[in-house]
Amino acid sequence: MTFQRCSVLRIVVKALSLFVALNITFALVNVPANSGVAALGRISLYNVLWPGRARLPYGDDPARAYNLSLFDLNAMFASHELAGVPKRADEFRVLLIGDSATWGWLLHNEDTLAGQLNAMRLKTADGRIVRAYNLGYPIMSLTKDLLVLSRAVAYQPDLVVWLVTLESFPADKQLVHPIVQHNAEAVRALIAEHHLRSRPDDPALLAPTFLQRTLVGQRRALADWLRLQTYGALWAATRIDQHIPETYEPAQRDLDADRSFKGLLPPTLPKDALAFDVLDAGIRMAADAGAPMLIVNEPILISRGKNSDVRYNFFYPRWAYNRYRELMGKHLHPATVLGDVYYFDAWNLVPQEEFTNSAVHLTPKGSRILADELATCIRLIGR
Amino acid sequence: MITTERPSTVTVGRFTIAQSQMRNAALFVLSVLAVYVLQPAMPIRQMDFWLPTASLALAVIVWAATSPALAAGRRLDRAVLADAAIIGGIVLGVAALRFVEPLNGLITRTPPPSLLSAAIALTIVALLAVGAGRLIGPRPAWTMLPVVALIVLLVVLKYEPLTQAFAAALRATQGQAAAQASAFDVRWLGFSYIFFRLVSALRERAAGRLPAMSLHEFVTYVVFAPALIAGPIDRPDRFLKDLRAPFTFNGPDTGEGLRRIATGTFKKFVVADVIALVALNEVNAAQVQGAGWAWLLVYAYALRIYFDFGGYTDIAVGVARIFGVRLPENFNRPYLKPNLTQFWNSWHMSLAQWFRAYYFNPLTRALRTRAWTMSAIIFVGQVTTMLLIGLWHGITWNFAIWGLWHGLGLFVHNRWADFAKTRLTIPPERPRLQQAVSAGGVLITFHFVTLGWVWFALPDVALSLEVLGKLFGL
Repeated sequence: MTFQRCSVLRIVVKALSLFVALNITFALVNVPANSGVAALGRISLYNVLWPGRARLPYGDDPARAYNLSLFDLNAMFASHELAGVPKRADEFRVLLIGDSATWGWLLHNEDTLAGQLNAMRLKTADGRIVRAYNLGYPIMSLTKDLLVLSRAVAYQPDLVVWLVTLESFPADKQLVHPIVQHNAEAVRALIAEHHLRSRPDDPALLAPTFLQRTLVGQRRALADWLRLQTYGALWAATRIDQHIPETYEPAQRDLDADRSFKGLLPPTLPKDALAFDVLDAGIRMAADAGAPMLIVNEPILISRGKNSDVRYNFFYPRWAYNRYRELMGKHLHPATVLGDVYYFDAWNLVPQEEFTNSAVHLTPKGSRILADELATCIRLIGR
Repeated sequence: MITTERPSTVTVGRFTIAQSQMRNAALFVLSVLAVYVLQPAMPIRQMDFWLPTASLALAVIVWAATSPALAAGRRLDRAVLADAAIIGGIVLGVAALRFVEPLNGLITRTPPPSLLSAAIALTIVALLAVGAGRLIGPRPAWTMLPVVALIVLLVVLKYEPLTQAFAAALRATQGQAAAQASAFDVRWLGFSYIFFRLVSALRERAAGRLPAMSLHEFVTYVVFAPALIAGPIDRPDRFLKDLRAPFTFNGPDTGEGLRRIATGTFKKFVVADVIALVALNEVNAAQVQGAGWAWLLVYAYALRIYFDFGGYTDIAVGVARIFGVRLPENFNRPYLKPNLTQFWNSWHMSLAQWFRAYYFNPLTRALRTRAWTMSAIIFVGQVTTMLLIGLWHGITWNFAIWGLWHGLGLFVHNRWADFAKTRLTIPPERPRLQQAVSAGGVLITFHFVTLGWVWFALPDVALSLEVLGKLFGL
């Protein structure tokens, strides 16, 4: 064998060895409790080179929205403006958590609930300036909200506003969403700490294998992190983080005469079918952070179309939603007596014309109606 | 000092020859198969079989039209028949995969047509090839006929209304709705580069410079797998020289080839693909706010297209190098060149050289015989050359303007250089001034090229003007 051939072979063998060693080392470090990818997520160009995003990253059409969906909560929070704004002494910091309605589906940032509240330039009685941060995320699950809140409380909130709806409550659906499943270790920790009814060994909570923990196994997560950083340039250049089409399919007004809700039939909607334990955990979490909690039963479309005597909208048969409101009122009443929890039932606040493509997504005007009411609540709480 | 071992000097008797023959056979078969494998699926049925077959058919017909053997009216020798049988066998073999369920979809994305259709097509190609050999072969001047036919085909594929009409016709042949036809229906992989190689061969034949090539050598040259998609564009005589040189797999070439492949892969799939996310395109051009961010998008596009294309070239050069073929380089640090002429001598070099050899030089030679001034000759030569290069990318106003942009730029630089040559020389004792002028030239050239990309990257004139306006705060 000539020197050159030997040299090429040696380079190839060295390169392969290095590649394998790097992957093994990464997999050993990248254990769920101390994820290497998650650690990388804390490194962000947002709030340094690019401005922080006004809402958590989420996007189905990255090329148009300059945004993408990923599972790395560290990277998601690091890209948010909340991570780049030190709390000022005169700031009354309001964190909004909830589903796609809070995130602002089909709404520009300035039209979301947080955008509308900030535009009002509210002040509390003691002169602090109200600054609302949008931490909504387009998934309907209280456990997902709790996961977000568990990160958010580190940012010194003065008030947490949690917008909920019945669709986020079914106990057996708490772990079905990918972002919950891919943050299995954090969810298990929440289950253990708050004695939630979800099982920590639920197979929905993913446990990555050794190979999945290697650099090769984590290539999607790593690529997502890199793409999120790169899309920051376009977010900065356009201030667009959602592609809003000119037309969309409006939410159903004419409905099927289906009375069932998640397999349940009237009149049975037992309380233990709903994840009130998660709601309580969130209340405790906010209290531990020294922040009052305002729980808002978010507005829903109340249809006046076909079969609207049976159903309020596509999501909810009337009986189930009525029962849910009843349970919410009863459950939260003792909590509100404690003084740190407030409940605002805004279910019928917004007329049906002000909903867009779903029974919870609001138009800018609908969002404004809700924001006006929330402003009143915030003023009262901030006294 | 360590001396490198040259494979051509390694004498191991017949084994060296055997390796060369094996290498050539492998390149031939793999390149023919790659034409099918690399072709993406299309909405028109079986087109991912027929278009690659058409690429091979064009290669065979042009080989026949340029073959001295056929021109002399000699009978086809065994080697030619064997090469033809291999090509026909591969085509029929690919078509036959429709009957082998586990392998269906292995070569073509969608099920190929019937064996009978493929056999009829092969018969027609054989007749056309023999006809071309008998008719065009003895008359080199007639090679303009296939050149014109190829140009017509290129225009059909590059001009959207014609492409759409072509797609409608193809749909009709497959019993599909012609009304659904779109220009995106016809994505003939590699045709742009196959066109250059075929025209090269025809023009070299007309000039009497084309070396005699066997059928398998010619087909390998035309559809050479590493350079099929994005070049570089090699000359037939140079390619043939490598193909006929003694070959053994050897350390230096393999090492260098792997290095180029690794570099190209990194450039294309890491750097270019990441930059592509923020590079100028139709969507973000309309939405960008502020001049600074608009510049960022345009700079990103300039880098993206360089790393993308340069990466592909590195991979092609690297793969070919392992097999002993030294494809021409396509890029030589183009953005660091101090003027536009040097830029075009280092950007997509094989394309620029092709146009220089087969268009610019013949044109300017022809114009010199008339009473034209040098300025007029240079103007017409450079502007029309660059216009054609622009239109080769696609027959649209934007590509035409991009071509004119560079043509006028080259003309202005040429005249300026001519003017400055005797009047504005910097004395050698002032090296700093020389460096400053050179750096200024690099900056100006880079920005001229980068502003040109605005025309290249966007689909219409109005949007391009809007972006140019944004860049300058207008």
